[in-house]
Amino acid sequence: MEKIKLDVQALDLFFGKKQVLKNIHLSIPEGKITALIGPSGCGKSTLLRSINRLHDLHPDARLMGKILLDGHNILHRNTNVVHLRRRVGMVFQKPNPFPMSIAENVAYGLKINALCSKSEMRARVEQSLRNSFLWEEVADDLDKSALELSGGQQQRLCIARAIAVEPEVILFDEPCSALDPISTAKIEELIMGLRGKFTQVIVTHNMQQAQRVADYTAFMYLGELIEFGETRQIFEKPQQELTKNYVSGHFG
Amino acid sequence: MKSRFFWDTFFNKTLSAAALVSVLTLAGIFLLLLYNGLQAFSTIDIAEFLSAAPWNPAAYDAPVFGIGAMLFSTLIVTFGSMLIAVPLGIGTAAFLSEMASPRLRNLLKPAIEMLAAIPSVVIGFLGIVLVAPGLAQVFDLPNGLNALNGSILLAVMALPTLISVSEDAIHAVPDYYKEASYALGANRWETLLRVTLPACKSGVLAAVMLGLGRALGETMTVLMATGNATAMPHSIFDPVRTITATVAIEMGEVPFRTPHFYSLFACALVLFLITLGVNIAAERLAARLRKKGQ
Repeated sequence: MEKIKLDVQALDLFFGKKQVLKNIHLSIPEGKITALIGPSGCGKSTLLRSINRLHDLHPDARLMGKILLDGHNILHRNTNVVHLRRRVGMVFQKPNPFPMSIAENVAYGLKINALCSKSEMRARVEQSLRNSFLWEEVADDLDKSALELSGGQQQRLCIARAIAVEPEVILFDEPCSALDPISTAKIEELIMGLRGKFTQVIVTHNMQQAQRVADYTAFMYLGELIEFGETRQIFEKPQQELTKNYVSGHFG
Repeated sequence: MKSRFFWDTFFNKTLSAAALVSVLTLAGIFLLLLYNGLQAFSTIDIAEFLSAAPWNPAAYDAPVFGIGAMLFSTLIVTFGSMLIAVPLGIGTAAFLSEMASPRLRNLLKPAIEMLAAIPSVVIGFLGIVLVAPGLAQVFDLPNGLNALNGSILLAVMALPTLISVSEDAIHAVPDYYKEASYALGANRWETLLRVTLPACKSGVLAAVMLGLGRALGETMTVLMATGNATAMPHSIFDPVRTITATVAIEMGEVPFRTPHFYSLFACALVLFLITLGVNIAAERLAARLRKKGQ
């Protein structure tokens, strides 16, 4: 049995009076890639954003239940969210590098968290860019604005920025939905290359993508977790009628 | 069909003419200042005019026209007001946009904008009866009508524009920048200082320049509240007289088409060139910042 990195227990989430997540139970194994799939509005991104408590920015979001990271409930009032978000990185749907230079983007998390000295900074930036397969393309342009990069390069920069602070978990919120197929392939290759080093959770509406990259897949529908299992089992031998209909393309 | 075409052309031309009015007005004002202002230098030495020589235009035997002290006064009063207004204004704007609840923001922002509706003569009045005596007491001065008093009042007058425009700029920074910063473990302060404000610096700069323009050109308040001494000030506690105040005080009583009359136009011309320079510099800087951000 694998070690469980993240354990979601009886999670309910409300935006105002509307219940968006209903009694979610989900155990995410360490070092693996777990995909969250389901039709739009099923709550998969909402679940993802609960894991680094990004809902704290919305005053009307209420969460109940537990999310255990290495056994500690991160939804507890006393959790230091700044520390939590250092451990749980995130890559967003739309590539969102800061309007700064390429090097400054990667260095940002290192600087604010004081993770390395000034002299180490260059090496750490280079290492992160190498790990995200971007180094070769930007080595001569580190001081150029990150906004001059292509969409796919920007997204890989965002991944470099996230892995620079050496998180334990990385959350991907539909990271390829704004990208062309070639850039998508590069991102997928990158995510698979990071398998084992980080626990990765990826929200995707692209079922082929889930099959290509994910070890485990969770299917969600209308705020509920319908089925969770090994990716192969979910796509080939789903236990639930709903899952079967969804993965075979009958709806969604 | 013909009448529709006619009306379309008619409105097109009318609107173009309306747009032209403001451009022509600007050009007209500039030419007027230039024409009258330059005539001053047929009798006054331009070096003396810009020097620290005293301003004594009504002297019977040998009038002296030196605006150095007034120019310097204008600059320190304005600079002082920006020293007060810029941190206060950007701080308030950041609070309104990033920290305050939507309810508080909707309450505070109109209230701050209302501050701009107070006539400058009222601010000057408050300066005389409230701020100046306060300054005199705090700093133990014979009276508080001095450069610092003017700076404080001008800061109050520049604040509404400064806050309102920079709040708009800060608020327009997309959420995805802030989310990316939070997701990397930044707190609100770090996000504001390192991501949000740098992302909208051209907008904030525009706000500062608008406030600066307001402070540079303000007349009534400084006329009432700074003591109106034409001597060169040695500290911010000295009474001063700005260029605007000088023109306002003397223009009504000056004999027509005398060197004194033309010298006041030259004063206005200097002021106009300063504000024009500030605006052009701001425009360039903002354009460069925008380009760098892209």
